[in-house]
Amino acid sequence: MAKMKVNGTDQTFEAEGDTPLLWALRDLAGLTGTKYGCGTGLCGACTVHVNGEAVRSCITPLSDVEGKEVTTIEGLSGDGNHPVQQSWRELNVPQCGFCQAGQIMQAADLLKKNPKPSEAEILDAMSGNVCRCGCYQRIIAAVRHASTGA
Amino acid sequence: MLHYMEQAKRSAPSDDGNELTFANVSRRNLLQAGTAGFAVAAFANPAEAFIKYPVGGTAMPNGLKYDPKIFVSIDPDGTVNIIAHRSEMGTGSRTSLPMVLADEMGADWARVKIIQAEGDEPKYGNQDTDGSRSMRHHIQSMRQMGASVRHMLASAAAKKWGVEPSAVKVGVHEVTSGSNKAGFGDLAADAMSLEVPKFEDLSFRSEKDFRYIGKGNVPMVDLHDITTGKAIYGADVMLPGMKVAVIARPPAVGEEPAKVDDSAAKAVPGVISVESLPITVMPAKFSPLGGIAVIAEHTAAAIKGRDALKIEWKKGPHSNYNSAAFTAEMRKTAAEPGKVLRKEGDMAGAMKDASKTFAREYSQAHMAHAMMEPPVAVADVKADSAEIWAPVQSPFGARQDIAKALNIPIEKVKVNVTLLGGGFGRKSKCDYAIEAALLSQKTKQPVKVQWTREDDIKHSFYHTTSVERIEVGLDDAGKVNAMRFNSVAPSILTTFAPDSGHQFFIENGMGHVDMPFQVPNLSIENGKAMAHTRIGWFRAVSNIPRAWAVQSFASELAHELGKDEKDMLLELIGSDRKLEPAAQGFPKDFWDYGETYAEYPIDTARLKNVLNLAAEKAGWGKTLPKGEGLGLAVHRSFVTYVASAVRVKIVDGKIRVPEVHQAIDCGYAANPERIRSQMEGAAVMGMTLALYSGVTFENGAAQQGNFDTYEMVRSDNFPETVHTHIVENPFSVHASGVGEPGVPPIPPAIANAVFNATGKRLRDLPFGDEI
Repeated sequence: MAKMKVNGTDQTFEAEGDTPLLWALRDLAGLTGTKYGCGTGLCGACTVHVNGEAVRSCITPLSDVEGKEVTTIEGLSGDGNHPVQQSWRELNVPQCGFCQAGQIMQAADLLKKNPKPSEAEILDAMSGNVCRCGCYQRIIAAVRHASTGA
Repeated sequence: MLHYMEQAKRSAPSDDGNELTFANVSRRNLLQAGTAGFAVAAFANPAEAFIKYPVGGTAMPNGLKYDPKIFVSIDPDGTVNIIAHRSEMGTGSRTSLPMVLADEMGADWARVKIIQAEGDEPKYGNQDTDGSRSMRHHIQSMRQMGASVRHMLASAAAKKWGVEPSAVKVGVHEVTSGSNKAGFGDLAADAMSLEVPKFEDLSFRSEKDFRYIGKGNVPMVDLHDITTGKAIYGADVMLPGMKVAVIARPPAVGEEPAKVDDSAAKAVPGVISVESLPITVMPAKFSPLGGIAVIAEHTAAAIKGRDALKIEWKKGPHSNYNSAAFTAEMRKTAAEPGKVLRKEGDMAGAMKDASKTFAREYSQAHMAHAMMEPPVAVADVKADSAEIWAPVQSPFGARQDIAKALNIPIEKVKVNVTLLGGGFGRKSKCDYAIEAALLSQKTKQPVKVQWTREDDIKHSFYHTTSVERIEVGLDDAGKVNAMRFNSVAPSILTTFAPDSGHQFFIENGMGHVDMPFQVPNLSIENGKAMAHTRIGWFRAVSNIPRAWAVQSFASELAHELGKDEKDMLLELIGSDRKLEPAAQGFPKDFWDYGETYAEYPIDTARLKNVLNLAAEKAGWGKTLPKGEGLGLAVHRSFVTYVASAVRVKIVDGKIRVPEVHQAIDCGYAANPERIRSQMEGAAVMGMTLALYSGVTFENGAAQQGNFDTYEMVRSDNFPETVHTHIVENPFSVHASGVGEPGVPPIPPAIANAVFNATGKRLRDLPFGDEI
């Protein structure tokens, strides 16, 4: 059993401590916006925030999240209008869209810590997130746009 | 692909010009269309706006449908509901096809709602979403249905107001006549009860009056849901009482479990049961591979349980497959004469007389699609019915296969299509949905089958592996006078039929027999290679190895002869002309992507045009800093012409790609915004497959498993700026494929650029990121 706050609400998971946070969120809490892509922290599709830090939920056991605050794509903003989400829509970033929640959570984490990242900092911060459709050019542009309006 | 085969049977080219009839509408009365019947104001000169042409969609299973009462409904509040009958995997077809209908109809896009069709081809027409065919096959039927509804709305208004139909004007989401005015919702009930007008009686919107078609101003319908985590993909379907299954499949195709110890698996908390599925070996179409399934309360327990299984596998028919040795064998085969598919002139004679000969060969490893969403499906099978939710490219094909596997009549099987987290051809093969259906039937509960990433990479329907060999003979003037092009690769056909060792007409039509170079003495050949794993189609299919070989070879030949690479390519392509299949020795079963050749000929002027365009935009001929190089490639696939000009920069021994120019001529560009996104994505996928995508086999088992061993291009090294140049065409230049044609020219363009940067020639895919 593990207790935590998920998107501001108290949540108790009746599951083994080694259960990855990803599957608890998806299968037990019904928060399906966070995606499974690799299960080993190699693709970033499962990125959520734990106590304000971007983590790969597929390799984060529930026991590590005990008593912490988890934010998923569903809770990133009340109305879905976080500047990163808006920027994503303005630039028509997604193709299939499957990796995009993870991309957005990663970008939001970057901009929170570093509101005006350099180009190199953006490329580096986003390099853990794979997009098989190949939307990188727009992803990078959308992070820049959310940061500077440019 | 099966659909292609059925289509090909039905539309086998006739000797008299490959003409297909199209809905019994002849050219002559098409030209008169719009002058007959009533004309709706503001739609003048419709015959020029839309002259119907034959398209391969009519010959696909269940063809095209034109009934707007199936595809459109209008609510009293004016909401226009439009059916999306194709699967959305990222190309944007779920948006773009309804957009075409809505524009022609006069609907305001803000008041359009999209409804995803279930798998039902007798109702919706063909739904097999592959082959870069959605817009190509359906743009005309969408326009026709949109125009039909517009006419029905106008007729209903005319009747209501007692005026002539010609006095009625259909504006945006409203109909007026003098002081009379009504919204679409007000007229819906009357309009939709009218008879659907015949094509001949319709008028069409002039291209200059399009609001959405050709504009690229309509965002994807799912954009908001995708950015807020609300979009529903396969794994996001949750049913009451649903259990999750993860399956241990045979390491090599056809291996049977000799001994299974499931005690540790069953001890995993949350694991409910362990089930076995029958082992299959190709040709088994899309039947699951079989294996041992662990069913659990949730996905984490199912994965943990599956990983705890101890299974000894008996050797099977393909347990000795070693891909390195196999490639060496293919090289030997490629050097020998193959089965001649196309013959022009006297290749052997001209080769003997050549003043110089030049030969090169190029290889490619197997690839897995690795779409971000691994295969997944949910099934709820009852005693005499079944309902499936799955990300499938061919929902009706899946429904047929599932009905057969369950032995339940197809009428009792429902297949709901979720969004696809990428498809790339993998999700045309519905083995994962059959697995879910079989396990649900067996355990009498709703079951989700989830593939892990390792399952996806290790148990794919792989892109074939190949060796392509090209030999040319030059005359005294240094012109290519003879050419032999031998392609050796296991065939996709082995998924469907006993293995002959030879490729079949669809593979042959993808950059092989249709090779456009103007060479008087030509022999296009296919050497034998047997399949030892499941082979399936992967975005752009056989065009990848063919463009890789032909476009690399053209660059090598240019350097050999001291010619400019672009000039060499233009010289090889030759004069402006449309190839003549019959006169140029094409095989009788030549396949032009399922289209009639007369409508979609191989046009060298268009091919050269995109090459010149990409080269010019990239600044071909300019001097680059040391360590940088430009590379070119051009290829026609899916009846579309694409040229890529790639700039490569070597940084600390690593291949980087700062800039790509993609020039595309896809006929009429219905949604330029999504065409650009496809070209950008194709550059990334092309770079990934050039640098990294190789699945190798030892003892029949795939050696890669996740993104650490099967790498992807990422934002730390990717095509940083992709410029897309779309050749502008009127609607009369038939829309052609977009989803796939951007991929094939990228790997050779990168390799050619690497050569120009470093002097090192790369001939084997994947070639890694270090040089």
